[in-house]
Amino acid sequence: MDLAFTPAEEAFRAEARAWLEAHVPRDLPSGDTREGFALHVVWEKKLFEARWSVVSWPAKYGGRDASLVEWVIFEEEYWRAGGPQRVTQNGIFLLAPTLFAFGTEEQKDRVLSRMAAAQDLWCQGWSEPNAGSDLAGIKSWAEKVDGGFKLYGQKTWCTRGAFCDFMFGLFRNAPTGDTHAERHAGMTYFMVPLRVAGEKAPGVNVRAVARLDGDDGFAEVFLDGAFVPDRDVIGKVGEGWKVAMATTGSERGLTLRSPGRFSASAERLIELARDEGVSDARKRDAVAAALIDAEAYRIYTWQTVGRLITGEKLGAESSVNKVFWSELDVRLHETALSILGENAQLDGEWMKGFQFALAGPIYAGTNEIQRNVIAERILGLPRK
Amino acid sequence: MSRFVFDEERLSFARSVRDALARLCPPSVVRAAWTSETGRSPELWKQLVELGLVGAMAPEPLGLGMRELDLVLVLEECGRAALPEPIVETSVVVSLLRDARETTWLPRIADGAIATLGLETLVPDAHVADVTVLARDGALHLVSRDAVRLTPEKSVDGARRLFRVEWSSSTQLDVPLSAARDRAAFATSAFLVGVARKLLQTTVEYVKIRHQFGQPIGSFQAVKHHLADVHVAIELAAPLVHRAAHSLTHGDRDATLHVSMAKAAASDAALLASRAALQCHGAIGYSFEHDLHLWMKRAWVLAASHGDAAYHRGRLADAILTPVSP
Repeated sequence: MDLAFTPAEEAFRAEARAWLEAHVPRDLPSGDTREGFALHVVWEKKLFEARWSVVSWPAKYGGRDASLVEWVIFEEEYWRAGGPQRVTQNGIFLLAPTLFAFGTEEQKDRVLSRMAAAQDLWCQGWSEPNAGSDLAGIKSWAEKVDGGFKLYGQKTWCTRGAFCDFMFGLFRNAPTGDTHAERHAGMTYFMVPLRVAGEKAPGVNVRAVARLDGDDGFAEVFLDGAFVPDRDVIGKVGEGWKVAMATTGSERGLTLRSPGRFSASAERLIELARDEGVSDARKRDAVAAALIDAEAYRIYTWQTVGRLITGEKLGAESSVNKVFWSELDVRLHETALSILGENAQLDGEWMKGFQFALAGPIYAGTNEIQRNVIAERILGLPRK
Repeated sequence: MSRFVFDEERLSFARSVRDALARLCPPSVVRAAWTSETGRSPELWKQLVELGLVGAMAPEPLGLGMRELDLVLVLEECGRAALPEPIVETSVVVSLLRDARETTWLPRIADGAIATLGLETLVPDAHVADVTVLARDGALHLVSRDAVRLTPEKSVDGARRLFRVEWSSSTQLDVPLSAARDRAAFATSAFLVGVARKLLQTTVEYVKIRHQFGQPIGSFQAVKHHLADVHVAIELAAPLVHRAAHSLTHGDRDATLHVSMAKAAASDAALLASRAALQCHGAIGYSFEHDLHLWMKRAWVLAASHGDAAYHRGRLADAILTPVSP
């Protein structure tokens, strides 16, 4: 078990660290408001110009062909330097893996570079008012027309959807049934333009929805005959479920929440506890627990990387990740608030982070669903 | 060299130990240790010696020249079997004697003499130990059997007898006490991970076959979620234990902190596993006749020995925060 990095990886880390320390913006406002979002896009473009926006992608799409090890290193450095949450993340970390797995060359050429450059901003259109954890219960549908499809229905909880030009999502192209197989058949994965040349696309209406913290970070997307050409179907018509599940693996697993983020949060918590001179034994215990959790997730991830680079695939294990990081994030922020004492009443940075952390056990498949996946697919317990 | 994961050699050694212990140390052997006079099985110890486990950390040719990184998975397997032998203690003593370049006891232990470790007030298996490493005034001492006076205490784990030890003459051991403490906490963590894995595995098997309301209780979400939580706790504790092994082996300057992280996480995981295992077994698990308690009680005692989770988090907090003035 070799935990050391190669000289090339160390050089990569040093280069990333030097650039990030010199360029990471300080005091950016939340990216989940219209004004803040625009400032974040400026930062994303800067990242792209220095070829740090998608390090693991091929050079022809703006990446560095970085290895998985280097990607994790970059993430460690990004968060360590205090880099902001990526407003491009839903495209880069959720849609792009799907395109790499299922996209045509034409789709990849057309979409990926612009995504990496933050020229096109993407949101996810999966959830619907009556389909959350039970994603196969979606009702929005696609009607085949000449040269493409017309989309109908409503998508919701689309993160930053009010500021994005494009959405990727799942639609029914055939009626559903009651059996497990029927419910998961007849879905198609689309890339949907929400705005064309700065104007809203015909048949599309987007309404911003405020999140728990008051920011307009969510959107509802109403579709009433919005046209999508055939070339914007990813994978085969009717195989959307299979295509979609490829991204849930990335979302729950490594790519959405790399350990660097939590290591950085744990360091900030330790700084806070030092600044406040915390002497209460329970609070000190909780700070130590937060560091242990962050370290556990970090080493666990390196072991996962070790298995991936020998050719193993990440399956239901990504549910283990998701449960662990989402709950450690909540505990960590609760600890910070307890250290703040009466100041925890203020709508400050830790409170903001706490509210964001509270979403973790809900999005990307609730932790209840993840626990079912762990129990059924890893431990082998019966479904019914 | 395998990156971030164990190489095939270490994995296959651990597998061979698992297979051997499944044969040599089934639950009936653990249970027998509860009622035997010494709480041990000399036969089993002999076989551990033959497998090379007892002197594994002694330099070759006495032992296998192993370090913590070579032994960590083996200790997990010992935990999986709830091995009723002082393998954790003997391994640590061997590594201390190796560092002290001690030449009298090391060959004897490699040949089957039993050693135990008295860093705390309660010393496991002191009654059968030929030699004990004890701590006094911040130093380690090597004490042979004829120099100790033992007072037995009633351990909740009948397969791991406990004693208070008074002692007179000794040889001081030129190894820092902190090294002994770190290694003991580390080895205990590794053993605990194995205990936790076994508790989970046993419970998963049970909830698949136990039917209530016309279906296996493992199909109920409440049961699934208990066991999923245990799985997550174990999967995230084990890497910390592996990293502690790595740091001890390579003399990392943060090794002590890494050991604390490992012991805290492994103790918590094993206690969570025992709690969930009992709950999911229901009344049958609460009965003395069922084997579950053999593992559960081992989890309890090892979680409490060489510093419980709160102790190690406190030690970590003192290192990363301003220490609280007494």
